[in-house]
Amino acid sequence: MIELQINGETRQLDIEPEMPLLWALRNELGLTGTKFGCGIAACGACTVHINGQAVRSCVTPVSAVQNTNIRTIEGLSANGLNPVQLAWIQHQVPQCGYCQSGMIMAVSALLESNPDPDEQAIASSISNVCRCGTYPRVSKAIADLVASRSDTPFVDATAEANV
Amino acid sequence: MSISRRRFLLGATVVGGGLLLGYAFTRPSRQSLANRDYAEDGQTFLTTWLRIDPDNIVTVIVPHSEMGQGVLTSLPMMAADELDADWANVRVEQAPATDLFANGVLVKGFAASMGFTAPAFLNRTMDFVTLKAAEIMNMQITGGSSSVRFTGEMGMRAAGAAAREMLIKAAAEEWSVPVAEITARNSRVYHESSGRSLTFGELASAAARFEPSRTPVLKRPDQFTLMGTSVPRVDIPAKVDGTAQFGIDAMPEGMLYAAVMTSPVFGGLLQSVGNVDAVMQQRGVVRVVELDDAVAVVADNYWRASKALAMLQPVFSSTDSDNRSSSDIFADYESALDSGEKNKDVHAGNTEQALADATEVLSASYRVPFLAHAAMEPMNCTILFRDGHADVWTGTQDNLGIRGRVASIAGMKENDVTVHPFYLGGGFGRRLPMSTNTIDQATLIAQQFDVPVQTLWSREEDTRQDYYRPAVTSRFRAGFDNNGQLVAWENAYIGKNEPAEAAHIAYNIPNQKIDYVDSATHVPFGAWRSVAHSQHTFFLESFTDELAWNRQQDPLQFRLAMLADKPRHARVLREAAAKAGWGTAVPAGRARGIALQESFGSIVAEVAEISLTADGQVRVEKVTCAIDCGRVVHPDNAASQVESGIIYGLTAAMYGQISIEQGRVKESNFHDYEMLHLAESPEIEVILLESDGAAIGGLGEPATPPISAAVSNALYALTGQRIRELPLKNYRFLPPPVERGAVDA
Repeated sequence: MIELQINGETRQLDIEPEMPLLWALRNELGLTGTKFGCGIAACGACTVHINGQAVRSCVTPVSAVQNTNIRTIEGLSANGLNPVQLAWIQHQVPQCGYCQSGMIMAVSALLESNPDPDEQAIASSISNVCRCGTYPRVSKAIADLVASRSDTPFVDATAEANV
Repeated sequence: MSISRRRFLLGATVVGGGLLLGYAFTRPSRQSLANRDYAEDGQTFLTTWLRIDPDNIVTVIVPHSEMGQGVLTSLPMMAADELDADWANVRVEQAPATDLFANGVLVKGFAASMGFTAPAFLNRTMDFVTLKAAEIMNMQITGGSSSVRFTGEMGMRAAGAAAREMLIKAAAEEWSVPVAEITARNSRVYHESSGRSLTFGELASAAARFEPSRTPVLKRPDQFTLMGTSVPRVDIPAKVDGTAQFGIDAMPEGMLYAAVMTSPVFGGLLQSVGNVDAVMQQRGVVRVVELDDAVAVVADNYWRASKALAMLQPVFSSTDSDNRSSSDIFADYESALDSGEKNKDVHAGNTEQALADATEVLSASYRVPFLAHAAMEPMNCTILFRDGHADVWTGTQDNLGIRGRVASIAGMKENDVTVHPFYLGGGFGRRLPMSTNTIDQATLIAQQFDVPVQTLWSREEDTRQDYYRPAVTSRFRAGFDNNGQLVAWENAYIGKNEPAEAAHIAYNIPNQKIDYVDSATHVPFGAWRSVAHSQHTFFLESFTDELAWNRQQDPLQFRLAMLADKPRHARVLREAAAKAGWGTAVPAGRARGIALQESFGSIVAEVAEISLTADGQVRVEKVTCAIDCGRVVHPDNAASQVESGIIYGLTAAMYGQISIEQGRVKESNFHDYEMLHLAESPEIEVILLESDGAAIGGLGEPATPPISAAVSNALYALTGQRIRELPLKNYRFLPPPVERGAVDA
């Protein structure tokens, strides 16, 4: 039995330890906000937070994330939308939208750990692939978030406090 | 039709209950059919595409798929504006995949754009004819940059205007006042002089007694209240919190997952499958399914299915193409072009004579490789066959077409197939109904079960079993007369595809001879964003640039001199150039290139400003794009589409290459079929231009074609190296520039 802490809830799953977290989330738990894009950690569509760090769940076996706090897009914000999601709406970032869960998870994790990232930090952290080419708007939204940083956390920690 | 299914797709934007004010903009009887078959709980369709509920909610039914282009916002805006509806109380639904909602306007739009007699607006005969065509063709196609310019302009606006007239007539009867004294705004009808008013919802059932006009009076642009504004897109909230549902997210009760491997050589057949016994012992595996050209493992979890699939040992038949490679295909192209047997595309003047008389003749040969679409959502389709009925859950660019396809493969009647629409995780032409290998497999696999089965391709399968943008070779000769005027343009290329005008030039050159030669390959081909424009604009605008440099003329001025009779083309060039600082000094180590193309009814000029990275690769710093699309419905989304088109085309220019080796596609995933990333994404400035009286143009595709030539032309300006074959990743560029102006004779 595999025990996972997902979005502040404890979930028991009778699955293989080597099953990638992505497929446990999608097929076993029905958390479909996390997307399958490549299966080799090359596109970032499957990005989730493990203890606040952005991790590509398609190559992360569930055995490696037991006793961690796993957060998916569904648990990103306990109440309403977090500042990244609001900025995404303000800048009308998504087009087809498929990569955006992963994009938002990656940006949230980056800004939570580094509120004032330079170009290099953004380039290396946000390597998610978007085929619609929303990159110019992603850049503007990040710049806005950095410039207008409020006290609202990018990642809501209340859920984890209950674990 | 179940409301809950629609809500499943569009979330909170869907509200049930009320009146279907359906306007059959094709023929009135569709409205009564809509009311009979689709109205629930007192709803009224005033037209097929508009429904008004008693609580004054207006619902616009959109016969297109949302694949990122914003169609669920732009089309409702057009209907709501003409209707004078209150945008806050407008809801959106995707049309059900049934005959009633076949998109006849689309057929009409394409017929008109292809040069048939332009139909009188909402002409009854034409509408009837095109509706029949849509039903026969099962059309709910989303493609050809057509949604706003055809469905919106010819369908949604008329639907809104006709419904408004019906509501006003109903109020006139109710109050016994002349129609001319009644006005409408914000989903209410007013008789100002008596101070009376009624909501659309209160009037809808009375209004539905009237036949919708086939020639409603449309607003002038200065009367628009919604068109021309950037209302927030209705699909975006669900796309930032993970609730947006794509085909891959369908999870009907009891669903199994199929992982598939198709013959890696196109055309190969499955001969045998080894290791089945061991695979059947794997946890969760339910069945191994053998198809003619593929093998699938069906399991209770996709990871288990794909892990088991990797253990199988399928043997595929040998084919005539087993030893074919990209170099063989390009060699065939050369032979075909050498053969002399060409098909006529455009002939004007006497090009051979003009070339013979020319004081200087320049020639060049260009080529581009095959490309895959690489939509972010891997191809998938979920189907349940039960009790003689099929339910299909998938994201497609033509829900009606997929209904027909599944019915035809399964040997069922179309009415026994229900297609449930979803958001598309990218379309780009890959999810068009002529490219159905995933759907076909999903049908054949699911037929063997009485539970839903989701057939889901790996990224590798997605890359290797696509319908590819064709590789093309294109040869040019151009001749200057003794005054230095460009008088002859000769072009011969491989394979004529859609749209037919892709290899045609806007420039005024008196002698033109454009021909094509067919050279079949075993590689399946399909529509790729902007279709044949994406290859030909690279060729045409690169070669034009060569000619300008040869004449030692500024590439912008060289083009403008040949566009005296094309003011819209000249204008986009000038606007893009001016905003890009064309003719002003560039920062050290940078250069600019320009390119122009008209496609899908819009005219686009792009200026790329580039530099080189330390390891000699191209870095695109900035792209300035001017686009004249006639009229802009949603400026912010228009800009979004242009940005998107540029990034898509730039990715192809920089990295796009599908290579054939031993009959199969060599590339497999994003590590070897590379994509542009945020860090390489240029700053993009979009200039939206309108032209009074011009037909509205498309926006989903037209920005894609010019970018490869704009970047390549900038590279020449910077390095003196002329690129005649993409992608750019295969080169290393070295500043400083070598001698410019040399063209291989």
